[in-house]
Amino acid sequence: MSKVRVLVGTKKGAFVLTSDGKRERWEVSGPHFAGWEIYHMKGSPADPKRLYVSQTSGWFGQVIQRSDDGGKTWIQPGTPPGEPTTGPGGMPKGESNKFVYDTSAETGRPLTTHQFYDGKQHPWEFKRVWHIEPSLTDADTVYAGVEDAALFRSTDGGQNWQELSGLRGHGTGPRWQPGAGGMCLHTILLDPSNPQRIYVAISAAGAFRSDDGGKSWRPINKGLHSQYIPEPTAEVGHCVHRIAMHRSRPNVLFMQKHWDVMRSDNAGDSWTEVSGNLPTDFGFVIDVHAHEPETVYVVPIKSDGEHFPPEGKLRVYRSRTGGNEWEALTKGLPQKDCYVNVLRDAMAVDSLDKCGIYFGTTGGQVYGSADAGDNWAPLVRDLPAVLSVEVQTLP
Amino acid sequence: MIRVVLPPHLRGLARIAGEVELEIEGPVTQRSVLDALEGRYPMLRGTIRDHITQQRRPFLRFFACGEDLSHELPDAPLPDAIVSGAEPLLILGAIAGGD
Repeated sequence: MSKVRVLVGTKKGAFVLTSDGKRERWEVSGPHFAGWEIYHMKGSPADPKRLYVSQTSGWFGQVIQRSDDGGKTWIQPGTPPGEPTTGPGGMPKGESNKFVYDTSAETGRPLTTHQFYDGKQHPWEFKRVWHIEPSLTDADTVYAGVEDAALFRSTDGGQNWQELSGLRGHGTGPRWQPGAGGMCLHTILLDPSNPQRIYVAISAAGAFRSDDGGKSWRPINKGLHSQYIPEPTAEVGHCVHRIAMHRSRPNVLFMQKHWDVMRSDNAGDSWTEVSGNLPTDFGFVIDVHAHEPETVYVVPIKSDGEHFPPEGKLRVYRSRTGGNEWEALTKGLPQKDCYVNVLRDAMAVDSLDKCGIYFGTTGGQVYGSADAGDNWAPLVRDLPAVLSVEVQTLP
Repeated sequence: MIRVVLPPHLRGLARIAGEVELEIEGPVTQRSVLDALEGRYPMLRGTIRDHITQQRRPFLRFFACGEDLSHELPDAPLPDAIVSGAEPLLILGAIAGGD
């Protein structure tokens, strides 16, 4: 029977939740890396035993952790394949990882600057890894979206990272600016039908696409309208919160923007709003059903000033029409006095039939539905604030 | 023999319990102690001082003999009590609010 592994990153450590294909009983392992912020953890589609973790701390900086056995043991990448992971004294040999921004080849100076909160230009400063996206085909290749916003790639299992600086350097960088959570690259989508195509999203800059494997990039924000920026339809500056796609239709994208739920049918060349009858179109997460490319999920949040569900009711909204027409999913979710948030990387779907949907809250609950959202139950309910949720469907 | 006390998060990362004891040849300074510490425990690189600038991370402090040495120059000699091993060099996470 199939198994499901849910990878949960929290403010104070990582947790791994496992169940059989029925998804009724869950075992909880953790906390791993107790006390550290786990912004994201994700498994490799090419080798499900390979997991990558972004472990970070305001005190101690950034560490990348890796597991090659499905989360039983962990190393900081830095040990060549085949060599022991510990030295003669039994000490681990791996080292934490460097994320160094590219400089201009001509001047040797920092590549560009971005707009800061005070409107002045500010140099890029690395803070943390927000999102890790393993390659679809090679377990040793992995992408990292970082704050201050940039995209890095490792081809040696997370030991060495190189910036794909065509993104930051293509010209619009000076008009990017931090959102309330910092200037972060939080979404990386790899096109399963075209290895040269990568989408990323940055808060607050917008969405970008590469058609040459990450060398060159262009903004794809036409149709976005953001009233909180000086030029609401500007080429960049939009606070995109999350983008999702279905692997069978990689040209169709769904976006939860700061405000507005959007859709593109042409790989981001243009966007149209599909917020429809949502009670509020502010939110963070968005995801697509594993088997129904027109079935989309969001969790509406009241506003940018009040990061909790409207009316204190935690409701997932599902559209079976690719947007515009939304239904509230409430069975098993708290429908009074609920004031948690669901952060941008904290929703994921499994690929079983029926499709399982999972999301985590800032109140420490991880909810799951084994029937595409009709019924919900907490997998675990008293974790630290949840930052990210990913799912692996295992044979 | 130099003694170093790390904050719990870094002890966990380096998988050590208790104090670290280091042998250092030449001048005993913040830089030479941190170089030796990172040489023994490579996973600590970047966690106490920045990978690139080698500056102390803002929320970490260095204490010894009841004094805050955080703003001393990296190559300034550490107190004799540290050099003799009578006192440890304390690396502390600054108390900070929030969550």
